[in-house]
Amino acid sequence: MKLGQAFKLAWQCILGSKMRSFLTMLGMIIGVGSVITLLGLMQGVTNYLIDTFSEMGTNNISVTVKNTDTRVVDVDDVYEFTKENSAVFTGVTPSVASSYTVKNGSSSLSTTVTGVGEDYLDLNSIDLDWGRSVSYADIKNRYNACVLGSYLVEELYDGKISAGDTIRIDGQVFTVAGVLKEQDDSTEGSTDDCIYIPYSVACRLAGSTNISSYTFVVKDADLVTAGETLLDNYLYDIMKSEDLYNVRSMTELLNTINSMTTLMSAILGGIAGISLLVAGIGIMNIMLVSVVERTKEIGIRKSLGAKRRDIMWQFVIEAASISMLGGFVGVVIGYVATVTLGNMFGVEAAPTTNSILLAFGVSAAIGIGFGYAPANKAAGLNPIDALRSE
Amino acid sequence: MNLKRRNQVEREYTGPLIQLKDIHKVYYMGSSEIYANHGINLEINQGEFVAIIGKSGSGKSTIMNIIGALDVPTSGQYILKGKDVSKMNDNELAVIRNKMIGFIFQQYNLLPKERLINNVALPLLYSGMGKEERHKRAMEALEKVDIADKYRNFPNQLSGGQQQRGAVARALVTNPSLILADEPTGALDSKTSVELLKFLKQLNEEGNTIVLITHDRSVAEEANRIVSLQDGRIIFDGTVDEYRKQVAG
Repeated sequence: MKLGQAFKLAWQCILGSKMRSFLTMLGMIIGVGSVITLLGLMQGVTNYLIDTFSEMGTNNISVTVKNTDTRVVDVDDVYEFTKENSAVFTGVTPSVASSYTVKNGSSSLSTTVTGVGEDYLDLNSIDLDWGRSVSYADIKNRYNACVLGSYLVEELYDGKISAGDTIRIDGQVFTVAGVLKEQDDSTEGSTDDCIYIPYSVACRLAGSTNISSYTFVVKDADLVTAGETLLDNYLYDIMKSEDLYNVRSMTELLNTINSMTTLMSAILGGIAGISLLVAGIGIMNIMLVSVVERTKEIGIRKSLGAKRRDIMWQFVIEAASISMLGGFVGVVIGYVATVTLGNMFGVEAAPTTNSILLAFGVSAAIGIGFGYAPANKAAGLNPIDALRSE
Repeated sequence: MNLKRRNQVEREYTGPLIQLKDIHKVYYMGSSEIYANHGINLEINQGEFVAIIGKSGSGKSTIMNIIGALDVPTSGQYILKGKDVSKMNDNELAVIRNKMIGFIFQQYNLLPKERLINNVALPLLYSGMGKEERHKRAMEALEKVDIADKYRNFPNQLSGGQQQRGAVARALVTNPSLILADEPTGALDSKTSVELLKFLKQLNEEGNTIVLITHDRSVAEEANRIVSLQDGRIIFDGTVDEYRKQVAG
């Protein structure tokens, strides 16, 4: 008997008892659907996390130092060090962040004010909507210039602002030099909720004389580790104690996130995988019942010349068809569920091709695997006994 | 061997169609042995119409299973058209059943979910024949038994007589060397029984070899030769007239 005929026969049997076939398939539908949905959502969450942290810069290394009276990391020395190691570093910028109350007329709010170097916007690929960034002259002259995030423009100026307007930061008057392009819908707490000022001015506002934190940018994500080692050596020479400085990069964090989400995916996939196993057992159960019910049919087929192999194929293919049909419906439902739930949770989630192939492959394999035992039982029936059964 | 050559060999074969040589069949029920057949010797030539008669427990079902290649004897030799069937494995037996034997069962044994035409074509499916050829041959067989117009019906839409004719068509479709009918009239009323037996006779006159298994004397007497079994042994083998005389005497 040819394979095509076995499929046709299987199809007839599935259509012949629709309710039973559907109930048998249901296990597979739920199993495959949940594997795809869980893995898809997990992938969506992972992507979201990685995107969020990548925005902070995967090529960045943050350095914080606790300057003491005798051991000081000097800004100019840091710039010099970066220039010497230009094979690794693209640049460096101090970043002194503090929270201040900012005011325009009678409206005020609290936001993060970061003191930066003149390269900060370039190094972090932040674009200006108009105006200019903090300049070297601003830094040298401790001039009160600032660059505003779009959220502040919306909140404090109703979106209408022009060069030369002023803003009060912690009571001091600053001239608005430029405004950043909107990145994140101008919402509170987003990357649009910020002000950049010269780092020299920021130090003055904070009442300190030395810069305590820097952001180094390396040329390539692969150079992050090399950069960290260079910085570690450089800072140890100055500070003579590992407790007085800290070198951190996103790479470690991303690696941690990656390994955590991979573990989570494996656990969730495993749990959903158990339902595939249960579905397989359901199929085996129904096929065993089906073999008993159809003993007479098997006897007739054998008496007419069906070989062991023919009967075997008939039942294996029937089990595999039920399983794959269930798997297919499960893929469709899983796809829809992933996208719908993703939208509900605000995560951009889509089933991965791998999870679809995996779930579908597993469902086919389970059909064949769990169909084998019943099929073998059917194929091994003695035609005389089978014919005699009612 | 190509098909033409094989057909020639088959046509040239002139020996007895069936040779049973000292057939024993033993069933083991727990520790006890049950002898279903106790040294059966029988030869049936091509073109014969033989009835095997016996009460239940006489061993007629066992001998039918062996002749029908559904089972193999415990000892002894069964030679069907020159081939030793008694030592064959399951797959070889399946091929013998498929190509050389046409079964007619008491309960018709048509598959309820298949249309009549597909039921009739089923043996051809297992011999690997293409769809069009299967269809063509099945229709020819249905025409022979005169129910070609019902080819699209399911078995439960047919009367008992029609179903049995369908079963006969299925037995004929492979053009087998032997037609083996197991109580073919058992489920039919007397009128359709007579018709069926008449039809079997006609098939025999056309050259088909028929072996009919029955417990019913009146059915057996429609054949040309009667073999009577009792306790796993042949107690009579002769013409219908001889049988009648023996029973009367």
